[in-house]
Amino acid sequence: MDEKELYKGYRGNTLNLLKQHNAPVWSEVELTTSTATFYGLILPRSEQADDLHIVLKMKTGYNIGIRYDKVKKIIIHGRKEAHYKIPEKEFPYSPKKPRVKLFGTGGTIASRLDYRTGAVIPAFSPGELYGSVPELADICNLETEKLYGVFSENMGPEQWIGTAKAIAEEIEKGVDGIVIGHGTDTMHHTAAILSFMIQNSPVPIVMVGSQRSSDRPSSDAALNLIHSVKTAAESNIAEVMVCMFGPTSDVYGLLHRGTRVRKMHSSYRSTFRTIGDIPIAMVNREVIRPLRNDYKKRRNDKTFKLFPFFDDRVAIVYYYPNMKPDMIDSLVEKGYKGIVIAGTGLGHVNKPLYPALGRAKDAGVAVYMTVQTLWGYAQMYVYDTGRDLMELGCIPLANMLPEVAYVKLGWALGMTTDIDEVKEIMLTPIAGEMTDREPSNGYLILQGGIPEVEEFISKVKK
Amino acid sequence: MEIDYFDFTFKPFEEMTPEDYEKIGFKSGLEVHQQLKTPTKLFCRCPAGHYSDHYNAEILRHMRPTLSELGEYDGTALMEFKTKKEIIYRINYDTVCTYEMDDTPPFMMSSEALDIAIEISMLYGANIVDEVHIARKQYLDGSIPTGFQRTAIVSVGGGIKYKDRTINLIQMSIEEDSCREVSDVGHRRVYITDRLGMPLIETVTYPEMRTPQEVADVNRILSRIVKSTGKVRTGIGAARQDVNVSVHGGTRIEIKGVPRIEKIPILTYNEAMRQWNLLKLRQELHNRGITPETFQARFECVTRILKKTRYQPIKDAIDKGWKVKCVVLKGFKGLLRWQTQTDTYFSREISDRVRVIACLTTLPNIVHSDSMSEQISSSEWTLLRKYMNANDNDTLVLVWGDDQDSETGAKEIIIRAHEATIGIPSETRQAHYDGTNGFERILPGPERMYPDTDLPPIRIDQERFDRIKNNLPKSFWDRILDLTTLGFSEKEAEKIATSKYYNLFNKILELQIPLNLVYKTLIELPNILRRKNMNFETLTEDNIYTIFTLYKENKIIREAINEIIKSSIANGQFVEELIPDLCSETELNNQITEALKEYSNIKIYNPEQKIQILMGLLMKKLRGRIEGKVVYQSLIKYLN
Repeated sequence: MDEKELYKGYRGNTLNLLKQHNAPVWSEVELTTSTATFYGLILPRSEQADDLHIVLKMKTGYNIGIRYDKVKKIIIHGRKEAHYKIPEKEFPYSPKKPRVKLFGTGGTIASRLDYRTGAVIPAFSPGELYGSVPELADICNLETEKLYGVFSENMGPEQWIGTAKAIAEEIEKGVDGIVIGHGTDTMHHTAAILSFMIQNSPVPIVMVGSQRSSDRPSSDAALNLIHSVKTAAESNIAEVMVCMFGPTSDVYGLLHRGTRVRKMHSSYRSTFRTIGDIPIAMVNREVIRPLRNDYKKRRNDKTFKLFPFFDDRVAIVYYYPNMKPDMIDSLVEKGYKGIVIAGTGLGHVNKPLYPALGRAKDAGVAVYMTVQTLWGYAQMYVYDTGRDLMELGCIPLANMLPEVAYVKLGWALGMTTDIDEVKEIMLTPIAGEMTDREPSNGYLILQGGIPEVEEFISKVKK
Repeated sequence: MEIDYFDFTFKPFEEMTPEDYEKIGFKSGLEVHQQLKTPTKLFCRCPAGHYSDHYNAEILRHMRPTLSELGEYDGTALMEFKTKKEIIYRINYDTVCTYEMDDTPPFMMSSEALDIAIEISMLYGANIVDEVHIARKQYLDGSIPTGFQRTAIVSVGGGIKYKDRTINLIQMSIEEDSCREVSDVGHRRVYITDRLGMPLIETVTYPEMRTPQEVADVNRILSRIVKSTGKVRTGIGAARQDVNVSVHGGTRIEIKGVPRIEKIPILTYNEAMRQWNLLKLRQELHNRGITPETFQARFECVTRILKKTRYQPIKDAIDKGWKVKCVVLKGFKGLLRWQTQTDTYFSREISDRVRVIACLTTLPNIVHSDSMSEQISSSEWTLLRKYMNANDNDTLVLVWGDDQDSETGAKEIIIRAHEATIGIPSETRQAHYDGTNGFERILPGPERMYPDTDLPPIRIDQERFDRIKNNLPKSFWDRILDLTTLGFSEKEAEKIATSKYYNLFNKILELQIPLNLVYKTLIELPNILRRKNMNFETLTEDNIYTIFTLYKENKIIREAINEIIKSSIANGQFVEELIPDLCSETELNNQITEALKEYSNIKIYNPEQKIQILMGLLMKKLRGRIEGKVVYQSLIKYLN
């Protein structure tokens, strides 16, 4: 075993000390300092932590840190290496149950502790999943495949294309539904791009994650997984969806359309919300309850289309007052082919930006307008500013969410360099990314403190 | 050496001697939980110490077991999962934020709380760790919405003096408090969350106490030491202890949540008795040839046989469509009536398990054939015996509930009966009011510990260590020594030493004020006023010091001290206008003249009391401004 593995995470002062006493990690030791004697197990140390402390797990299960320069003596009594392993059981096969494929890309839906960083890393196999969420076997025959092991912020065009191709392959093979385990931070970006890359899917494609990692007893991971697998196996909804908690309580999940969903809270369980519309359905352990019927239905054929393309020379510019034109110019100079602006109000930016937008147009850069209010439409004809901007070639994208517009533009530019063709693609709704109308219950952010809202909250487990 | 448990029979509590406890090998240790007095909670900025049963909303959660850091599942965790409880949290916007509800990661630990914990560790002479590692201790009962308690070791070792020896400490941790349980019926448990997240310390002693009385004594000493800092909460629920007990050949059993120290002796006595009697029961079972290997039991559904029973609980259950399961315990005849604790029998060990594990919370939840009462008729027992293929030496136990719960219940009965052949199962037990205890859950092991990945370790550097060390309050023992040297009794000394006014007390003594006066004002008066709903704390320590300074400078008289304190409380704060002027000699003489005039105008029935009446009239006007004895002397002089 190499030294790095032997003294995992220790460096500098502590590494010297441990080497000097020949005490690698997992040694059961009696460690004497200038003030006391401690009994315990030397644990690996997080690499980001300092080189001044040794981590000891005591008999009571607690860990403590001991300063290296206080250590006088280390006597080794044995060795006990931890094997963090979810009990693996063979996932039972039942010929009558639907076949579901679960792809792993990363995230905390199934995870284990990483001693190197002290953080959690994904762990995942049908056996492990069955070991920790045995309910899955009541729903389907599950197969899993790990595509990537990345945190969601590291998902990008390469992973999107890879995932889309993997899904296509499974549909070809006749799977009944697809589940994609994904980190939650950028789950809505991936949901949107998959909605464009895989069109006319005959089966449900369900994205799922967890807001509390599965190493915690109160994790939402197991329930989200059950909901998503149930949706993939049984639902009649053949679309790309995000399946996450509806309320913070363990009551039901929501199925959001992949192009209309957004993560709205940095840590809440009920963080995903359908914006400017209502979700497709609710799901609990027993039943999937549609909230609308205009979704695409499950089919038996395999006539879907795969468009695995992406040009990553695209950017989102989040407008703020006093933005300087060089923000646009620099993108154009660097060779970007598309810019999505998240403008104020109905889709506005300040006057000083106009010349820069003109230069972008002349350089053949596709510029599109979305709104940073998230809810509502870019309606640039209402005010002069909007009209001026449209003159400058800035095209409004109705109620397409900025992140959705970003992935769609990259995708469109991946398929064609013709700016007019790009425009046609951008303005033709493919998977609900732009809608003709916004129902009034598509914008419902309950305001806490108001008596009728409080009355509702006191009655319903939200 | 094989112990013959039939060799010793427990006597009533009052008759047990230290020798008896030595004979049974009584050993006990303490885990004392003490809330710290900080303005905020430990890992968020919610206010601490605000209790209210009012709630704005409810949240529903379930708990699932997860793996520990070493990759093992914890026994308790698995048990709690078997119970499949729905947990409801009642939340009040004012006391709970999204952190406690586990919808937001923790904020950094309150450094004020950590400082207090370090300070108390120093008072125990413990070794402070160099780096505090926050761990998650799993609790799947739902008492904490995350499913774990954030906890960290602050110090290791240390000890306290007791009699002629030292009681050693294992460790002290700092942790967040849990929810208060509102109800637990069937598969639904309700918690109120106001207490959740408040900082507390847990001090753990080695099991070095040898009699029930010693446990209570040591607990009192620990309590005094922490109170002497003036930085801990007091009052109901602010300090709670878990007591662990074992006897020769027994198991370390934890009695959780003992609310009052006075209850400890009877509780530990009963637990020692329970262990001794369970070991005696094991011996009896072995004598009957029933060992862990030869133990036989099984269960069947007997709903049909009991269809016409007159026993109401089972009749009601069958009417609801529930099932009745019958367990046969081979060769157990009479043993469910084996005494375990005071007025408590082995059948309760079984009933408790069924209640907790199978969620059959309505009592009675079992009935058995060893029972003398005729709940189930003898003809029904005969039918059941025949159906179960059981003979007269076997015990039958009935349990009822929906299909799943009654089956879990039946299995649990067999598990608990089998455990009787092995010894005493590792459990945590809850304290009952009558001094007995009941099953709470399987004792959690170190397997339930998991490092908290949300928070980095906290380094305790030399600067912090020195700052706390240099401001360390005088130890409880030194305080007692000082005070008794001054002439206070042990009892008085203890009250002063643990008072929040200890430092002020000493500061005032430096003014050379009579000891008795300071004691009466700072130790006794606050309690007297509290009974009258007057809050002594309306006055700051500076206010009180000012009053004593005025007294020292002869600007006010002794009697005025209480008067100023009372009028300050009535006024809401201390202001200088409340200090009365001293009465001059001229004014006194004028007042005496006035009083005599008044006296001549009133009708007097007993003129022999003239002096007393005149004194009454004068003091009514002059109280707090001049000493009574001066008035008296002047009055006598005047009359003569």
